[in-house]
Amino acid sequence: MSGELQVTTYREALRAGLRDALLRDERVFLMGEDVGHYGGCFAVSRGLLAEFGSERIRDTPLAESGFVGAGIGAAMGGMRPVVEVMTCNFSLLALDQLVNNAATWLHMSGGQFPCPLVVRMATGGGKQLAAQHSHSFEGWFAHIPGLKILTPATLEDARGMLWTALQDPDPVLIFENQTLYPMEGSLAVDAGAVAISGARIHRGGADVTLITYGASLWKALAAASTLAEKGIDAEVIDLRSLRPLDDATILASVARTHRAVVVDEGWRSGGISAEIGMRIMESVFYQLDAPVARVCTAEVPIPYPKHLEEAALPQAVKIVETVERMMRHG
Amino acid sequence: MGTDLFPPPLPTRDHALVLLRQMLLIRHFEERCAELYTQQKIRGFLHLYTGEEAVAVGVMQALDPRDAVVSTYREHGHALARGIAPGAIMAEMFGRREGCSGGRGGSMHLFDAATRFYGGGAIVGGGLPVAVGLALADRMQGRPQVSCCFFGEGAAAEGEFHESMNLAQLWRLPVLFVCENNLYAMGSALSITESSADFTRKASGYGMAAGAVDGMDVLAVENSARAAVQAIRAGNGPFLLEARTYRFRAHSMFDPELYRSREEVEHWREHGPLITLTRRLREAGLFAEEDFQALTREVEAEVEQAVAFAEAGTWEPVEDLCRFVYSEVERA
Ligand SMILES: Cc1ncc(C[n+]2csc(CCOP(=O)(O)OP(=O)(O)O)c2C)c(N)n1
Repeated sequence: MSGELQVTTYREALRAGLRDALLRDERVFLMGEDVGHYGGCFAVSRGLLAEFGSERIRDTPLAESGFVGAGIGAAMGGMRPVVEVMTCNFSLLALDQLVNNAATWLHMSGGQFPCPLVVRMATGGGKQLAAQHSHSFEGWFAHIPGLKILTPATLEDARGMLWTALQDPDPVLIFENQTLYPMEGSLAVDAGAVAISGARIHRGGADVTLITYGASLWKALAAASTLAEKGIDAEVIDLRSLRPLDDATILASVARTHRAVVVDEGWRSGGISAEIGMRIMESVFYQLDAPVARVCTAEVPIPYPKHLEEAALPQAVKIVETVERMMRHG
Repeated sequence: MGTDLFPPPLPTRDHALVLLRQMLLIRHFEERCAELYTQQKIRGFLHLYTGEEAVAVGVMQALDPRDAVVSTYREHGHALARGIAPGAIMAEMFGRREGCSGGRGGSMHLFDAATRFYGGGAIVGGGLPVAVGLALADRMQGRPQVSCCFFGEGAAAEGEFHESMNLAQLWRLPVLFVCENNLYAMGSALSITESSADFTRKASGYGMAAGAVDGMDVLAVENSARAAVQAIRAGNGPFLLEARTYRFRAHSMFDPELYRSREEVEHWREHGPLITLTRRLREAGLFAEEDFQALTREVEAEVEQAVAFAEAGTWEPVEDLCRFVYSEVERA
């Protein structure tokens, strides 16, 4: 890398990743609701229709099950579709195609039919969009063998995960937290593909491990700064991929810090946080100085009013409180 | 069934003023919402009904209080025409406890049991099967009611539309399907999303009676809706009414409208529902400029009262965050 940096946004980084893939591989095409003429629900694909034309930037009707299924077929037929489902809330209309088809075809066919499908969708709350536009289903999808689940939280990952996902022979679902689209930062001018397996330790620390992903990464980092002022040294892990989970990184960190807090925008019951907590219990239980703790979304559909939505979602203050409580009693 | 087959009769002056007042109320309410959005009093997604007023107002004339209404995220007009208090709707958009959904839903999720208004759903197509089920319950319990379901033409591409059409016709249920065809689903023009844009023919595919109407003409909409509801109540099964209309404003407050021209919007504005009705009434001598001004003053005052009601509303305490996830039987 040249080392030269440019200021960009998460949204622009995603667009750069899409452009790059469209330029590099003529089998790649983008398909979904309003990706073309409207410019993308979150403006990620703005300008791509003019550049690549309507064959490759393909507006679809409102038919999630239909066009996700068509993406599966196109992927098996030799194309490399990037299917955009506006938000993961609408992906529930395509659940059948994703779970019963994309995730099983390879297995049912005894390895004959891989499905190199990539699906991108927005996830998460925080914009007062109420209970049908704010939920986080990435943890849910991570329950399904056969799917790979990515959660880019940084500009590097927004820019680089797509190409690697397209090289993967199996279905990959990419969850982009809606609050991250306008996030600004600097990114290497020549940034490119990144590995999609493996978590990343974002901040080293000795006293407690904060395990998180997606937009919650930034809340965990904010919490870690506050904790540092109070003399508590927190390590922050960005999972990046919820399936497969990078057990090695999680377990090695917890074995060092002896304390773990999982921060997840999904609901607590039956969520990915429960899975992570349990893996810690299975492997490094005797190295823990305190019970594993969680900061998750309250068990309620996301309410519209700001004060209630804020109270429902994980926040840096809640992470700080949880860690402090843990340090007192642990 | 179209305007040609059923030329709408001229209404009485009183009735005409009722229709006009309701449409004006919706128009002013929506324009005020847009202002309140820029002042950040209303947050989240806001989808305005401006331009489509004649559909809600016309269809609602045909319904009784006992009928059910199922709508979408673009439902302020339906809610107002159904008779939900403007203050309760505005308070909902402010997120206040006094809102018609207790503040939990916001603009896209207006609900009101008293008027049998079943939302306010923001998953496109999601209301259609529910309307079928409401009608099934009415039929199974021998109630002579109709379930009316509003949805955009974009929803007709969803599987749920087709499944609902088939179920309703198969079981001959009392459902009035009202397809509000405003030509765009967000930024996707009908021509790039539907292989055949004739919605009445889709209904015929299921053996369902259907008709299209000029959705800018409130008299025509009312007339068609009355005929459809009469047929449904007579036991003839469901009916699909396609109302051809246009949304004058952006899809939501986030939409930069890259997909259509100003001229196109202007053209439709000139054929808008308020202009269409007042022209006809003026020609028939049923109406004068003073009426328009008087009604405008009235609805403006009503909207301001609604805003004041919303402003005076209260916030639900944070301790109540996890309420309404399960029924509170012991509180009943
Ligand atoms: C299942 C689903 N997919 C996508 C969306 C995003 N979305 C919201 S409104 C809309 C357009 C719907 O158009 P139409 O049904 O014609 O109604 P209109 O907005 O024109 O009233 C889209 C794509 C959604 N809310 N639900």
